[in-house]
Amino acid sequence: MWSLTALENEAVILSLRVAFWAVLWSLPLGIFTAWLLARRDFFGKTLVNGLIHLPLIVPPVVVGYLLLIMLGRRGVLGSWLHDWFGIAIAFTWKGAAVAAAVMAFPLMVRAIRLSMDEVDRRLEQAARTLGAGPFRVFFTVTLPLTLPGILTGTILAFARSLGEFGATITFVSNIPGETRTLPLALYTLTQSPGGEAGALRLVVVAVVLALAALMVSEVLARRLARRQET
Amino acid sequence: MLEVDVRGRFGNFFLDARFTARAGLTALFGRSGSGKTSLINLLAGLATAEDGRIAIGNQVLYDSKAGIDLAPEHRRLGYVFQEGRLFPHMSVRGNLEYGMNLVPVEDRHQNFPRVVDLLDLESLLRRRPKTLSGGEKQRVAIARALLASPRLLLMDEPLAALDTARKNEILPFIERLRDDLGLPIVYVSHAIDEVIRLADTLVLIADGGVVATGGVEELMGRLDLNPHTGRFEAGAVLSAIVSRRDTGFGLCELTVAGKRLLVPGLDLPEGTRLRLRVRARDVSLSLKPPVEISVLNVLEGVVREIDAGDGPQANILLDIGAPLIARVTRRSVHDLDLRPGKVVHALIKAVAIDRHSLAQPEQHRDD
Repeated sequence: MWSLTALENEAVILSLRVAFWAVLWSLPLGIFTAWLLARRDFFGKTLVNGLIHLPLIVPPVVVGYLLLIMLGRRGVLGSWLHDWFGIAIAFTWKGAAVAAAVMAFPLMVRAIRLSMDEVDRRLEQAARTLGAGPFRVFFTVTLPLTLPGILTGTILAFARSLGEFGATITFVSNIPGETRTLPLALYTLTQSPGGEAGALRLVVVAVVLALAALMVSEVLARRLARRQET
Repeated sequence: MLEVDVRGRFGNFFLDARFTARAGLTALFGRSGSGKTSLINLLAGLATAEDGRIAIGNQVLYDSKAGIDLAPEHRRLGYVFQEGRLFPHMSVRGNLEYGMNLVPVEDRHQNFPRVVDLLDLESLLRRRPKTLSGGEKQRVAIARALLASPRLLLMDEPLAALDTARKNEILPFIERLRDDLGLPIVYVSHAIDEVIRLADTLVLIADGGVVATGGVEELMGRLDLNPHTGRFEAGAVLSAIVSRRDTGFGLCELTVAGKRLLVPGLDLPEGTRLRLRVRARDVSLSLKPPVEISVLNVLEGVVREIDAGDGPQANILLDIGAPLIARVTRRSVHDLDLRPGKVVHALIKAVAIDRHSLAQPEQHRDD
């Protein structure tokens, strides 16, 4: 009863892979965006901020459809990527990762930005007077002190990516072994007769994964805090 | 030599300052909000002037006409902030090495063991800033700035956040920096006792401008600057040498401008140079040398200037070989017919001069 079938197992592994790559690729961009919002004033900042937060507000299906228009094989970016690099994103697991990344991005940026806002800018000034240029200051002072926020943002984004449903199914469909992640598999099981047992198993897996992510972040956060105090 | 001539708007006031600072410690003195911190931030490159020039020797840091504005990291000025600003994610050692490691080895003029020894930090090296006391933090901050081998050390009220005990813990370290390292220091303060104890040169700042620049004794002995130097308590600053350590009864003898002055015993060797602050209200005047009186110090001098407003009090500037200020009533000025040029005897109670009036100034320097 409690052992996963090959198909369910596949969905779990795929979900983890999609979430992992989604977070890994969006993290540098997330940190940069957070820095931009926390430390820079530029024309159109409000607009940028709004665009980043859009996935939190609009229905996920809308985001999925927009991705399809842009990154689909006949989309503006998609055709370009396909013609020049031979990269296909729509209807592949890569597309699922993109959808997950876009949906999780606002959560990640928010967490990092909040943490970066907390970093005392006077410490950055002090580093400048000690001879460090802006880049060095960022990597030796700002970034290390933002680590708690980066950690939170990463875990949040990872958990959000694991659970991504609407944008994924709209953008890359529900292809077994390719784009059928855990939530999609769960949905599929609930729609098919006799799928209750499998659905229940996936529910347990989803809960366990979420709790594990939370625990890992707690442990890491505590270790970080201890490192700064002793 | 530091040359500063800058103008710029900061918040609600306009800064327009010009001064030069030589070797030794130059104090920027003024009340809170007078523009001292803005000025020092301009020097460090943390704020930008609208117009002007800042140079150290022949190295130009800022010149609006030539379009030069060096970034803070290229100015090589050490900056000790009021709140320490230690990096919380690094150990004390990490903090100390941060700036040091950014200086090419051949440009380092401070070495780690020496600075650690000078500021007595050996036992703190492995600690995190969070676990340090306020005084310890400031010592680390000073050492960190020093180890970046700066051309000049900027200190922005480094003692303001500390209580009296911690202040007294740090002051000797700052005196050692000034005397042992030969590094020019620009020291921002609104505490006159710190300035008298530490400064060679005084730059008086008020309302974003420089009111006067000069030696501490010179400026403190000017009645016209009284509103700036002695807002709370007027008083002249005299240079003195311990001439006899023990004259009996627990008193010691100082020589001030060739005259003898008895003060309560100081545990200092003969020949020690001191700076002495004599509060104006502790000085009384007499036209004839008084006899049979308890006051031990009677110094003959000439009235140079009288500053009497509408209030009951007047400040009298005397020349006893050095400037001395007496605060008497306007009635006494009238009764004694005090006028510039008149010879008087200044009476200073020995007990009025306590430890707080004394500071050990720098070793004599020729520059």
